[in-house]
Amino acid sequence: MTAVAARPGSVAPPSLRLRFGWAVTDTLTITRRNLLVWMRVPAYLMFTVIQPVMFVLLFRYVFGGAIHVPGNYVNFLMPGIIGQTAAFASFGTAISLAQELKKGVIDRLRSMPMARSAVLAGRLVADAGRMLATILIIVAVGYAVGFRFTNGVLAAIVMVVLATVFGLSICCIAAYTGLAIGDEESVQAFGLTWLFPITFLSSAFVPIATMPGWLQAFANNQPVTFIINAMRALAMGGPLEANMWKSVACLIAIFVVFLPLAVRAYRRAG
Amino acid sequence: MTQASGAASGPAILVEGLTKSFGEVRALRGIDLSVPRGTVLGVLGPNGAGKTTAVRILTTLMLPDGGRAVVEGYDVVRDAAAVRRSIGLAGQSAAIQEELTGRENLEIIGRLYHLSWPRARGRAAELLAQFELADAADRPAKGYSGGMKRRLDLAASLVGQPKVLFLDEPTSGLDPRSRLGMWEIIRSLVADGTTLLLTTQYLDEADELADEIAVIDHGLVIAAGTAEQLKDRVGGDVVEFTVPDRTRINDAAAAVAKIMAGSGEAGGEPHVDPETGVIGVGVGGRGSEALIDTVRALDAAGIETRDLALRRPSLDDVFLALTGHSAEDEEPQGRRRGRRRGQRGGQRGDKKETERTTT
Repeated sequence: MTAVAARPGSVAPPSLRLRFGWAVTDTLTITRRNLLVWMRVPAYLMFTVIQPVMFVLLFRYVFGGAIHVPGNYVNFLMPGIIGQTAAFASFGTAISLAQELKKGVIDRLRSMPMARSAVLAGRLVADAGRMLATILIIVAVGYAVGFRFTNGVLAAIVMVVLATVFGLSICCIAAYTGLAIGDEESVQAFGLTWLFPITFLSSAFVPIATMPGWLQAFANNQPVTFIINAMRALAMGGPLEANMWKSVACLIAIFVVFLPLAVRAYRRAG
Repeated sequence: MTQASGAASGPAILVEGLTKSFGEVRALRGIDLSVPRGTVLGVLGPNGAGKTTAVRILTTLMLPDGGRAVVEGYDVVRDAAAVRRSIGLAGQSAAIQEELTGRENLEIIGRLYHLSWPRARGRAAELLAQFELADAADRPAKGYSGGMKRRLDLAASLVGQPKVLFLDEPTSGLDPRSRLGMWEIIRSLVADGTTLLLTTQYLDEADELADEIAVIDHGLVIAAGTAEQLKDRVGGDVVEFTVPDRTRINDAAAAVAKIMAGSGEAGGEPHVDPETGVIGVGVGGRGSEALIDTVRALDAAGIETRDLALRRPSLDDVFLALTGHSAEDEEPQGRRRGRRRGQRGGQRGDKKETERTTT
């Protein structure tokens, strides 16, 4: 290394177009890095893929017999499992960001002349990819235990997209909490305390009508139920529109509130 | 003197009246620093002195409350993006992705500095070789030793060939051998003309690596200068000896306390370390004369000593003289304040000192 070598960061401020180009390549670099890390750690694969597969088998063969729904339980179950899996993918988001914050990785990235948006954007893109891969594996496992899409290919694709967008919205909340709390154990505990109830107290695994009245009031009117119902309608047919609108409204609301919060937490991180 | 390209002239780092508070805690109370190009400033201070806060502001990670900081001619608040193009940062922990290999870590950083893939690869290979990580380059960093992780971290901070490098306690937590290796590397960087700001709690480290030293305590620069200048401020040489019989340590201190009386020179107050039995006395310029007086005084008192010697003061002595506590130990706030106020009398009468005692 000599002082004569060209400095990579030129002193002249880069043009707007160049900066936009960098924002894209920086996001892709971070995405690539995050996916590489994910594939390198067996434990991450274990939690993100094996756990939902175990849930499929558990509900299909152990609890399923005791749960009565109109039609086939496995068809009722799969959209619920997929929705929950997408939501739980956010644990990875929160824990990774909290770890990076603690280890000083975020500090290093923030002190570099890279696009400021890229760390969060790359994280969310990688998480979306991770989620999509997981969902496809679960659908395959579902097919092996008797699940079938009965509403056409297009609706099935829309369902997968809806699940992924839902998962991403939860990832935004997780990114915010991960950066704001900054400690992986606390972040994990915090995630469990709200994600577990909100996904189980919904239409994901059982018909809400079987719950006590006070619980029905909550379960019938919370975002996870709207989204699972919409996904179920997309997978199996049935009344879609009302649930779809409510789902889209909830998703927009989550993004509008939590994306700016996550960005702010990133800027102030540490 | 290395003259960098671009608009920047003057010092590589210029800090004026920088302040930062976290709620009630005033982390920085108006510090001034100036680091000429191609030199090393050692920022020396105990834990919680404000070193890391200063580094975080200078590297654009945090906004100051007041004052001004300029790096390579760019204001860290208004021209943060330009500052980021000129600097490298290695923090207190190894900020590396442990699941990835050393090579992958550096290549990704290179890409984020907007190097093309071939150049990012080339730069990574170059740094891996320079930091003796070439053999481990394709193993996940998780399996690296502490020293290797820190070297990789330092390598990562150099990918962008920064003009100004910030190292926040680069050797904290390293074993002595890795620490020496790190010093070696840091010296070679400086030989390249990089300006370096280095924070440390270790006095020997600042003495070893820095051209100039700024001593920070409780958010203020309490002394600045070369190691030699700082040592002179303690009042010249130190007579030091060990008292093997710890029960007589106070008698020994009392005996030597008299030797500087009437000489009209600074020093004379013995510093006693009850744990090691070591007593040190600043003897100003009286050197060998004071040494003889010490021997006589101790002999008259019938105290046996070991390792009696005259030495130049260490930075430890400097820190003790300036702050009333040694650099490594952190005392409860209240006790320390009280002690400092008591012994300050006229040692330094500038504006900041007044501000500090009134708060």
